[in-house]
Amino acid sequence: MATRKCAFVQAINEALFQAMERDPNVIVLGEDVAGGAGQKEDAWGGVMGATKGLIGRFGAQRVIDTPISETGLVGMAVGAATTGLRPVAELMFMDFIGVCLDQLLNQAAKLRYMFGGKAKVPLVVRTMIGAGLRAAAQHSQTLYPMTTAIPGLKTVVPSNPYDAKGLLLAAIADDDPVIFCEPKSLYTMTGEVPEEFYTVPLGKAAVARAGGSVTIVACGKMVETSLAAAKSLAAEGIDAEIIDLRSLSPLDEDSVLASLGKTGYLVVVDEAPPRCGIAADISALAADKGFDLLRGPIRRVTSPHAPVPFSPVLEDAYIPTPARVVEAVHSALES
Amino acid sequence: MELSRERLLDTYRTMRTIRSFEQTLNELSQAGRVPGFLHLYAGEEAVAAGVCATLGADDYVTSTHRGHGHSIAKGVDLNAMMAEIFGKRSGVCKGKGGSMHIADLGKGMLGANGIVGGGIPLAIGAALSAKVRKTGSVAVAFFGDGATNQGAFHESVNIASILKLPVVFVIENNGYGEATPVAYHVNIPDLAARAVSYGIPGVVVEGMDFFDVFDKARAAVERARRGEGPTLMECKTYRYFGHYVGDPLTYRTKEEGEKVRATRDPLDAFEKRVVSSGKVTTSELRAADDQVARAIAEAVKFAEASPAPELADLLTDVYVQYSA
Repeated sequence: MATRKCAFVQAINEALFQAMERDPNVIVLGEDVAGGAGQKEDAWGGVMGATKGLIGRFGAQRVIDTPISETGLVGMAVGAATTGLRPVAELMFMDFIGVCLDQLLNQAAKLRYMFGGKAKVPLVVRTMIGAGLRAAAQHSQTLYPMTTAIPGLKTVVPSNPYDAKGLLLAAIADDDPVIFCEPKSLYTMTGEVPEEFYTVPLGKAAVARAGGSVTIVACGKMVETSLAAAKSLAAEGIDAEIIDLRSLSPLDEDSVLASLGKTGYLVVVDEAPPRCGIAADISALAADKGFDLLRGPIRRVTSPHAPVPFSPVLEDAYIPTPARVVEAVHSALES
Repeated sequence: MELSRERLLDTYRTMRTIRSFEQTLNELSQAGRVPGFLHLYAGEEAVAAGVCATLGADDYVTSTHRGHGHSIAKGVDLNAMMAEIFGKRSGVCKGKGGSMHIADLGKGMLGANGIVGGGIPLAIGAALSAKVRKTGSVAVAFFGDGATNQGAFHESVNIASILKLPVVFVIENNGYGEATPVAYHVNIPDLAARAVSYGIPGVVVEGMDFFDVFDKARAAVERARRGEGPTLMECKTYRYFGHYVGDPLTYRTKEEGEKVRATRDPLDAFEKRVVSSGKVTTSELRAADDQVARAIAEAVKFAEASPAPELADLLTDVYVQYSA
C-alpha cells in the first residue's frame, strides 16, 4: 500500500471520505461538522477540521449540521442507524456526553438486546477526549471508562494516525454502536498512513513496542507517553513491552495476558482517573486471570481523582508523564 | 364518512382489541400471573387507531411505556406481544424486553420506551433515514404530556422543523404525567401551542374521537410525506387505569373517570357514529367483539403455554459481533 506522512486529524478526515464514498448510507452529523449554515463549502468542517470538505463532496443531505442539541442529534443518529443508515455522529467533546447520555445508555446500547436481536444499531459517535490543550475541566476529561462499562456499546481509542483511520473505517463498517474516542492532543501527530481503504479490527490490541522486561498497557495518548518512557528505560537496560489496547470494548484480554506471560511484570497507564478506570480494569484482569504469571506487584499510573485543571502548571501535573511511567516500572521491578 | 365498511370494522376491531388486551392484562396482573410493571392504554384507543390508520406498513412509529396500543394498531402479532409481556421465549423480543420494550421493526414499530421522551429522537432519526434513503416513509412519535417537558422533545421538534423531516409528533395528553396533573406541570392550556416555538403547525385533537384523530393525522402525515415538515398534534385523551397496574389513583376522583367513560368513551362514540351512518350494524360489531375476545384468550393461552427463555439467551443479542 502506498503510504505517506499524514496527521491524525487528516487520517480521520480521510476515513470519513472513504467511508462515505463506498457506502451511500453513511452520513455525518453534528454541530458545525460543516459550519456556516449549509453553504456549499464548509466554513469550519468541524471544530478541529476533522470533517472538512465533506459537505462540498457529499452535500447537505449527508453532511448535516445540527443545532447545539446533543440529545437530539445523537438520538436522531440512533434512530437513523436502526432504520438503515450508518450515521457517524460527532459529539464534539466527550464531556458533553452528560447532555445526551440517555440516548447512548438506554437507547443505542440496549435496543438490540431489549428487542431480542431484532434491531441493529450501526452507529459511530466520534468524540474528542483528553487533557493537554488548556481547555479546562469541561472540555478535557477522559471518559472512556464510562462507555466501556455499558454493555451494548463498543469503545475504541486510537493512539496514532494509522490506527485512527483503520479503526474508524472498521467502526463505521461495524454493525454495533461504537464510541470512537479521539485524543485531541494527538490531532497534530503525524505518521505513515496508507492512501487506500483499510481497516484495523476492533477488539484487537497492538504491540506498540516489543520487549521482555515489563509489560506496559496503555491506550490513546498514553501510548506515546509510554513509548517515551520505554526509550529512557532502554537506556538503563529495561526492555519494556507496550500493549496498545486500541479497543477498550471489546477488550483483547489475550494480548495482555500473553505479554504478561512473557514479562511477569505489569504497569498500566491510563489518562482517566484511578477509580473504576481502565487501569483498574486491566489490573483486575491480571490479578484474576493472570495471577500466576505475575512476578511482582501491579503498578498503575493514572491522572488523580480530580477534574482537569486549567492552569498549565496544574494541567501538566495532572496528566501522566513518561517520568511517572519510568518510576512505576522501577517500583514494579524492585518490589 | 368516507372510510369503507371493511376499514371501519378493522378500526373497531383494533380499538376493541386494545381495550380487551388491557382489561385482560389488568386482571392477569392483579392475579399475579404476569411479572413486572404494566402501563395500560385503555381509554386512549382512538389515538393509536386513528393515527396508525393513516400509516402504511413502511411507516415508522416510536412509542412509550404505555405502548401496547401502538403495537396493536401497527399490527404486531397479539400472541407474540402477550408472550413478551409474560417474559416467554416466543415473545416478540424473546422475552428480553417485556411490556415496556415491545418492538417489531418489520412492522415499523421501533419500540416502546421506558424513558419518558426517549423515543422522540429515535423517530426523527427514522424520518431522517427515510429522507436520506428517499423511501417516502413517514415516522410518528407517540408520547405523553409529561414528555413535552423533556429536552429530548424540544430538541427533536426543533431539529425536525429546520431539516423538514417527514415526522409527526403526537402528544397523548391524558391529563396526568404519572400522578401530576397537566395543569400543574405546564403553564399553558394547550400543549399544541408549543409548536409555535418551532414554526410548525400545532393541532388540538379530540383524542377520544377516532374520526377527529384520523382526519388530523392524515393531514399531518400527508404534509410530512410531501416534504413540508413536521406537525405537532395534541390529542386530548384519558387513561382509564392508573399510571401503572396497582396505582392507587389517589390523585384523581373516581367520578372523573366515570364521567369520561360515560360521556367520551372512544369505542362508544365510534359505535354510535358508524351504526347511525348505516355502514356497519350493531350485530357486526358484537361479532367483532366475540372475535376479539377469542383472539385475546388464544394469546393468553399461547403465552402461558410458551416456554421460558433458555439461560443461554442471557448473553445473546448484546452485540451483533463481539470478537476480533
